[in-house]
Amino acid sequence: MLPIDPTKKLSFNRRIADGDLVIVYERYDTMKPIKVSEKGVLQNRFGMFKHSDWIGKQFGSKAFSSKGGFIYLLAPTPELWTLVLSHRTQILYIADISFVVMYLELVPGCVVLESGTGSGSLTTSLARAVAPTGHVHTFDFHEQRAASAREDFERTGLSSLVTVGVRDIQGEGFPDQLLGQADSVFLDLPQPWLAIPSAAKMLQQDGVLCSFSPCIEQVQKSCEALKLYFTDIRTFEVLLQTYEVREGNFGSWQDSDGASSFLKGCKKRQRNNLEASGTQTVIARRNGETRGHTGYLTFARLNCSM
Amino acid sequence: MSSKNSDETLSGNRNPRITWEGCSVLLDINDGDRVLFSRLNGGAKIKIGNKNCSLQPLIGCPFGSSFQVDVGEDGPFLSRVGPASEGNNLGEKMDCEVMEECRDNRALVDNNTAQTLTGEDIDEMRRKGVTGDEIVEALIANSATFDKKTAFSQEKYRIKKQKKYAPRILVRRPFARSICEAYFKKQGEKIGFLRVDTLSLLLSFANVTSHSDVLVLDMLDGLITGAVAERLGGMGYVCNTYCGMTPYPINIVRMFNFSNETCKKIVHASLSELQPSSRSENSTSIDQIEDDSDIGKVQNKEMSSPSTIDLVSNIESGKSIKAGDKAPLDAINSWKENGFSSLIIAAPDLDAWSIAKELVPLLSYSAPFVIYHQYLQPLATCMHNLQTEKMAISLQISESWLREYQVLPSRTHPHMQMSSSGGYLLTGIRITASEKSPA
Repeated sequence: MLPIDPTKKLSFNRRIADGDLVIVYERYDTMKPIKVSEKGVLQNRFGMFKHSDWIGKQFGSKAFSSKGGFIYLLAPTPELWTLVLSHRTQILYIADISFVVMYLELVPGCVVLESGTGSGSLTTSLARAVAPTGHVHTFDFHEQRAASAREDFERTGLSSLVTVGVRDIQGEGFPDQLLGQADSVFLDLPQPWLAIPSAAKMLQQDGVLCSFSPCIEQVQKSCEALKLYFTDIRTFEVLLQTYEVREGNFGSWQDSDGASSFLKGCKKRQRNNLEASGTQTVIARRNGETRGHTGYLTFARLNCSM
Repeated sequence: MSSKNSDETLSGNRNPRITWEGCSVLLDINDGDRVLFSRLNGGAKIKIGNKNCSLQPLIGCPFGSSFQVDVGEDGPFLSRVGPASEGNNLGEKMDCEVMEECRDNRALVDNNTAQTLTGEDIDEMRRKGVTGDEIVEALIANSATFDKKTAFSQEKYRIKKQKKYAPRILVRRPFARSICEAYFKKQGEKIGFLRVDTLSLLLSFANVTSHSDVLVLDMLDGLITGAVAERLGGMGYVCNTYCGMTPYPINIVRMFNFSNETCKKIVHASLSELQPSSRSENSTSIDQIEDDSDIGKVQNKEMSSPSTIDLVSNIESGKSIKAGDKAPLDAINSWKENGFSSLIIAAPDLDAWSIAKELVPLLSYSAPFVIYHQYLQPLATCMHNLQTEKMAISLQISESWLREYQVLPSRTHPHMQMSSSGGYLLTGIRITASEKSPA
């Protein structure tokens, strides 16, 4: 997934090969990850697709089915991965992920600790931020989920950057081998205040911690615990709004014919039929339904010792 | 004269968590009330209250250190103090009082008669060398209404007096996050009102990572260039493009404390040089002449205008920055052959579509692009055109919503002020030219 290996880097010359991970784009809201194999076949509403037809094509090309329907073959990125990965737990989406990566001040070479791993959505973006010389140590107390995460990192080519450990961070804290090694720590736990003292020991001076909690009571307890070791404690909410864009038709009032045009117009709108009666313009508005809340993000910097 | 610390290796790699002579710092005065970029040179000074203090004591200290003004024989100087203790000590006392709080403000009249210490008394104390903290205690002791206030009100009073008489300076590492926040708060127009959460989304959508080749049209004085270079870590390139001969200024890049390797990867090339039909040899010779007169490098005369002084002090104008060289020929040829791995456009005053239609074709297929604009309509038009021309899929216009919270016992609520707009992003993925279905 990451361009660390120059032969795998995205380019006009790069061709899809047997064994590559491809994101199949059917619609903007329908995508799935597929590993290309010589004999592989994809069946969907557009028909049947042979993987062998894909081999040798460029990423970003159209691929056609036996019926003439088509899909796009995209190169995987952490953003696309977040949209297609299998949810074993509730995941973090791009708005929270991006803000966390920025606020944790992650750059190549950083060491970051994470708990819980969950489905690895954030982990993938953490790995991208610290590649190629940094490392992500991620922990989950659920053995099966940790194993699934490891498999995912294999599939996406991130295994060299991510170490998944099975550990109860709330109960035991982070392992001693990592004392003072972390540039940043990320917590997504039900009771993060139990892990905060350990996190403080793992961090380098002026290192940054982030705790993600859906409930305000959790945030309050976490902030209390943070005061002992941390400064610059800030809590945020971040959400993404999307817009729909289309061509619109707004006839002048003077040209309309009272109720008769209005009724004709209603019928047209219902049939989604926009004939050129007025000026065509591109119009935009917010999408109707949007997420109201994911969680609160609390950030803090480790106090500087004298 | 720079203080060598044990962490400096032979190759000259210093511990990035400790300040060094000549480094760029972000000075946070009184918890974000005033924010200032500075360079820790020998003669660097800061004006606090009405005193001028040298910044020399800051050199060689860890980022995150706090300083307060102390008075000595040679005048006021900055001395290092431990982390803010008000939070902790007061905190415990506060929790008990909160439970039994029965005071309120019904009898308090705000007529400026409560405080018995006069301005002259305070000046006299200062001359005698009384510390800021002691002055604050004296003010509290001489206030007739202090004990009648609620615990919250007392804390607010104490913090207010401390900020005035015992200001604290926090030394911060300049990072994309803090640089963006500082500019957004104080000089938003310089960065096209790009808010930090929108910037973070932009970097994710553009898949910026080391070993990428990122094409950027940055008219935000280099904020985006710097943020991208930070994520590249010296591996890969960020190439600034422009029409004509002169690259856009990228002064903000100076704030980042980039190493030489990273600076070398911040380059520029004009549109005509990057397009496949151009004859590379000819265009470089034309630009060579311009380079010699240093137009290509940054010389910012705007730095001395009054509005910028508060934000940027001691950063020499007129000194050209190490970053922003012409892109080497082998890199340009490589980009023509392979395409860029992503594209970022941030041009507040230009038509987005006129730029996108020239630059999107320079991207590899399946590569993402992000266009930032402060206004929605230009992006809507651009998105419509990209759709009609079938140049991209997964097109989306997004806006990020950000709210900060105050979290304190019994006083948790969102901040009273909030930014309502951080700009819009148009994102998409480039696709190959449309093919017909094999009949």
